Amino acid sequence: MVGLVWLLPALPLAGFLLLVFFGKRIGEPRAGWIGTGAVALSFVTACLVFVGLWGEPEHTYELSLFQWIPAGHFNVDIGILLDPLSMAMVLFITGIASLIHLYSIGYMHGDSRFPRFFTYLNLFVFSMLVLVLGNNLVLTFLGWEGVGACSYFLIAFWFEKEENASAGKKAFITNRVGDWGFMIAIFMTFFAFGTVTYTQFLPMAPGLAQTTATFIALMLFVGAIGKSAQIPLFIWLPDAMAGPTPVSALIHAATMVTAGVYLLVRVNPIIAASASWIPWMIAIVGCATAFLAATIALAQQDIKKVLAYSTVSQLGYMFLAIGVGGYSAAIFHMITHAFFKALLFLGAGSVIHGMHDEQDMRRMGALRKIMPVTAVTFIIGWLAIAGVPPFSGFWSKDDILAYALHKSPILYVFGLITALLTAFYMSRLVFRVFYGDARWGESAEGELANLNAHTATDAVESGDHADAHDDGDAHAGHGAVHPHESKWPMLVPLIVLAFFAAVAGVLNLPFTEHLEFLNRWLEPVVGENQAHLSLGGVQLTVELLISTTIALLGIFAAYMVYLKKKVDPRRIELPFFANGWYIDQGITAFMGGIGRKGFELIAMFDKVVIDGAVNGVGRATRGGASRLRAIENGYVRWYALMIGVGAVLIVAFVMTQVSF
Amino acid sequence: MGSNLSLAYLMLSAILFVIGGVGVLIRRNPLVMIMCVELMLNAVNLSFVTFGKMLDDISGQIIVFFVMVVAAAEVVVGLALIVAMARRRPGATADDLRTLRG
Repeated sequence: MVGLVWLLPALPLAGFLLLVFFGKRIGEPRAGWIGTGAVALSFVTACLVFVGLWGEPEHTYELSLFQWIPAGHFNVDIGILLDPLSMAMVLFITGIASLIHLYSIGYMHGDSRFPRFFTYLNLFVFSMLVLVLGNNLVLTFLGWEGVGACSYFLIAFWFEKEENASAGKKAFITNRVGDWGFMIAIFMTFFAFGTVTYTQFLPMAPGLAQTTATFIALMLFVGAIGKSAQIPLFIWLPDAMAGPTPVSALIHAATMVTAGVYLLVRVNPIIAASASWIPWMIAIVGCATAFLAATIALAQQDIKKVLAYSTVSQLGYMFLAIGVGGYSAAIFHMITHAFFKALLFLGAGSVIHGMHDEQDMRRMGALRKIMPVTAVTFIIGWLAIAGVPPFSGFWSKDDILAYALHKSPILYVFGLITALLTAFYMSRLVFRVFYGDARWGESAEGELANLNAHTATDAVESGDHADAHDDGDAHAGHGAVHPHESKWPMLVPLIVLAFFAAVAGVLNLPFTEHLEFLNRWLEPVVGENQAHLSLGGVQLTVELLISTTIALLGIFAAYMVYLKKKVDPRRIELPFFANGWYIDQGITAFMGGIGRKGFELIAMFDKVVIDGAVNGVGRATRGGASRLRAIENGYVRWYALMIGVGAVLIVAFVMTQVSF
Repeated sequence: MGSNLSLAYLMLSAILFVIGGVGVLIRRNPLVMIMCVELMLNAVNLSFVTFGKMLDDISGQIIVFFVMVVAAAEVVVGLALIVAMARRRPGATADDLRTLRG
């Protein structure tokens, strides 16, 4: 059954080809069912392949389909590497993608480009599978660029609005910075090993010179932070929320953004062979990103923006896990995160859909009575991400924190603070959307104006405004907006994902080694370089208790602030956080000011020196030629004379060189 | 053959070559120019034969045949060009063909 592995990417590709040529004719909703069917079949295949993989030695199976680039010593095959890591990725990618496809049939209902949406989604799933299944770096890079392109198409899917189009461009361009690093890493890998096939060069990694390994690891890391939205390249992900919500769930939460994590886990022998500051850097960048994004998420008003920053933050956790040597913990968190974040995004999509494209949390509230299914599933997702036991996020986050403590207590403390912030901002989101007073309709405009006024004035005065608007809220009737619960294609995925978000923790329970299924499953891939934890029962219990306390503390704090209203939220939702630490503004200011001057200088250099050299050669050639043209005067005898003179010169030259 | 006699032949060859060369350079009638080229070729032929005899090497004479064949072919092309030119512009000299210059 494992031989069926080629079907995994082939099915979404077939779906894509069918839809790209006949999509318009197939129309809504059949195009959606075809797209969903292709991915669902791929998921079924993945399950069959998974069963087959148990029979393979070391759970690894490599299949070379055909030769792609034969060029001297450089050989790239279209080949598939199916090992525990790619298998785990494939299972959750195809599984979640099937659910999100199904959801999209409901969500995209009535859109004028309905078939095209599924065309892109199928192309995305195909690219993602190429990325994780490719048996060499070049093929992974092909998938990497494929998902990047699909991400661009889908962010800018509603390109009629200027800001959606520029969000797409921002994502694409920011990713290019990372892709540059990835490409350099591929070149260096070929230079160092003479091959880019994983099964050939990874076993050789321990023998690599440390400097080379460090450089390759650094460049791969640059690639990974671009795709996985880490400092300083995370700025594209919040803007990517301009796309339709299923896209945010699939691409910008569950799958594509985890590609960087996958890449680093895949090349773990290279990280192990590099200088010791590389893992430290990965851990610190991950930790800093997790913390920074969590603080920004505190103050966002757009429901999707909160989730976007939360994704950045959770990806930071995964990088932290890689940096501290907890590769299996990174994959564990990737999987649980895929479940609960996809669930949260789809839930948010359901809310946005039900609220008629309203995304501002200030105009929501009390939705649990109107959207019971969405609310219950969303609350499960919330408990999972907040780290409340026994939901999945608790186990995976705790796994990472245990590895972090093993490496350094400082990383552990920052991880805990971030966990506290996570619990707080997610509770804030849930309380504002599903609990409290209904704030739908026009009245929110008043609150908006109030808030805008507040940001202009200083913090002391703001208390009065807050009271004023609370009174206003009480009078505000349920305006023109009539929220409604979504239809079944949107609810079924929510329920399935909620189930997994609740129980996915059983993949890797820390109590005994027998329960750590994922650890043992990933052993052939990461076993040698995984940090070894030996947690005693006491230490484990204490850590679990601390994590639980932190999560409950965060939720309680949010309860006091947003439901009991003991504290003015504006004390917490600082403009500094709301504006994302002014990073975007900083970049804009830099690009418009000093940076602009610098670039103009470089452009000048380009114009004067580089272009000057090129144009100079051209001009010199033309000038010299027009002067030399004079000797080509058209007289036959002149040519004959020149032949004669030339012959004489050659003879004279030969005479001086040759001695008789 | 004495070396003096050989020297005489070579001198004659050199004189013929120079006459031919100067003719090509100073005459403007294309027909005469072709004849001068022929003269140069045959001067070279003469020196080939002389050297062949001097060095007792038959290849000196063999190469003359090649030269003659090539010369014949060259004359065919050259005369054809001259006829074509004379038809189009009667009385044109080689210098008048300057206009063909790019």
